[in-house]
Amino acid sequence: MLNTFMQSRLRGLVILALILIILPAFLGNPFHYELVTQMAIIAATVVGLNLLVGFAGQISLGHAGFFGLGAYFTGIATGTYGWSSVPALVVGAVVVGFIAWIVGRPILRLKGHYLSMATLAVGFIIAIILNNERALTGGPDGMPVPAFEVFGWELSAFGSYSLLGIEIEGFQAWYIFASVVLLVAVWFALNLIESPIGRALRSVHGSEVAASVVGVNTAKYKSLVFVISAIYASLMGSLYAHFQGFITPAVASFEFSILFITMVVLGGMGSTFGVILGAVVLKLLPQVLADFQELEHVMFGLILMLTMIFMPKGLLPTLTAFVSKKMRKKAGGEA
Amino acid sequence: MLAEFLQYLFTGITIGATYALIALGFTLIYNASHVINFAQGEFLMIGGMATVSLTAMGVPMIVAVVLAVILAGILGIALQRFAIAPAKQADVVTLIIITIGASIFIRGIAQVVWGKEYHVMQNFSTDQPIQVFGAVLNSQSLWVLGIGAILVVGLVLFFTKTLIGKAILATSMNKEAARLVGIRTQMVLMLAFMVSALLGSVAGIVVAPITFTSYDIGIILGLKGFVAAAIGGLGSGVGAVVGGLSLGIVEAMAAGYISSDYKDAVAFSMILLVLFFMPRGLFGAKVVERV
Repeated sequence: MLNTFMQSRLRGLVILALILIILPAFLGNPFHYELVTQMAIIAATVVGLNLLVGFAGQISLGHAGFFGLGAYFTGIATGTYGWSSVPALVVGAVVVGFIAWIVGRPILRLKGHYLSMATLAVGFIIAIILNNERALTGGPDGMPVPAFEVFGWELSAFGSYSLLGIEIEGFQAWYIFASVVLLVAVWFALNLIESPIGRALRSVHGSEVAASVVGVNTAKYKSLVFVISAIYASLMGSLYAHFQGFITPAVASFEFSILFITMVVLGGMGSTFGVILGAVVLKLLPQVLADFQELEHVMFGLILMLTMIFMPKGLLPTLTAFVSKKMRKKAGGEA
Repeated sequence: MLAEFLQYLFTGITIGATYALIALGFTLIYNASHVINFAQGEFLMIGGMATVSLTAMGVPMIVAVVLAVILAGILGIALQRFAIAPAKQADVVTLIIITIGASIFIRGIAQVVWGKEYHVMQNFSTDQPIQVFGAVLNSQSLWVLGIGAILVVGLVLFFTKTLIGKAILATSMNKEAARLVGIRTQMVLMLAFMVSALLGSVAGIVVAPITFTSYDIGIILGLKGFVAAAIGGLGSGVGAVVGGLSLGIVEAMAAGYISSDYKDAVAFSMILLVLFFMPRGLFGAKVVERV
């Protein structure tokens, strides 16, 4: 029974949960917690983006636009208009999903580089609007965002809380919250992939023409997954805004979009746990490379190029292929 | 009224010519290898920055320009040889990330060598602007247009009259067939990257006195060039020139008559509009998908 459980798609989820539970033992200070919490939120975003890129095979170079819209919707609704966090988050996600549906329809007819160009353009336009509508967004200087709040109960990185009788700090509470969010995001993605929708999406990736010939409404499914991935980005953008307490248009920038897509490709397109690894690696790398000071960007670019040249399938798929090859060799030797 | 309109038109055509050169660089590499090179803007940056720093060291202008262009050419060859060629079987997105990695790498080196400041380049000839019907025409604009026109004519001759040019065209049409008739396709691909880098660096040099130059100028210029190439239709030389010029003019008009805050949004709105109605750009080839 344990065996069938381990074979199932829950296996990865359980491993991820275990890692998230053990991890705090290695986190020394609030800065570590902050980093890991950001990682979890961004990892959940790229899990959503991976549904579009890895499974449906559609490129998006503008996903930070949706992330930024979610962040700013929350910032403006809770900060300027005094909404509660959850309604702001939900309404924001609905609005962003609707926007994605409107722009997705014409855009997703495009193929290859034209699709990358169009998504890049959408992301850029959103970033420019956030930069210029100073009255609403505070412009390039950014805007403060109140702490996350449910029914008058606040979750602030600077507060202190009691969980099941244990005293914890605000940053630890945020870590737990972000971990749960990541697990839910992964669980939803895994279920979607195994559902009929997921099968339809993979058929679109395999061959769009063949998929439409056997009766898959490719336009509908592409637009659906585009909306779902935008909603992922919007929700995570909202949480990110609350966690950071301050946002600037950089959250919607082209650089951020590139970071998201790089996490997907570097970690392994189409591998939900691979893209989480991608997010972890790309968030950690600048910390590690900070020692190189002015050579930081040189090293970052070099590592990015080399990894993609030698592991074009991404980190996790390459590693798993390597390990299973080793194991097969070993099994073959014994037989 | 007329003066104002002419002023925007001059600005638009000048910057549009630069976009056209960048777009031609994209087109060349796209045709030869179906790669969109996100490091294209870095060739412009290298051209401008190397010229500025060499002249500052006392090298005569013309020598500095030649050295800067050669440097960019070597960089183009190296990019193809060491980053694109080893990743033969890679996905489209993977290749995009590789060229983005390359652009971060090149920009990083430029930042170490030249610092983060803006650098000013002297006009090639006089600083005295020319008056046309009340509008002011910067003499450097004439240089941009003149050199741009020479490069376009040169490219046309290169592709129609020379054996190497025809070899590049043949490789872009059918790589296997080109190899069968004895074309060394790897050499041709390196050559395409080199020519593309030369175009980019020249564009970067001629426009530097107008826009100034810094280590990070390549990002936005490269993206605008990509927009111009996509408006014209990827792979079309005529499209790149028309796309570049029209993008430059529309951008300048919008900045002048509507809002300069939204100047950069114009390019991206324009490409969306074009793609909504013409999914392959203005001059993009009709492609029949074989299944």
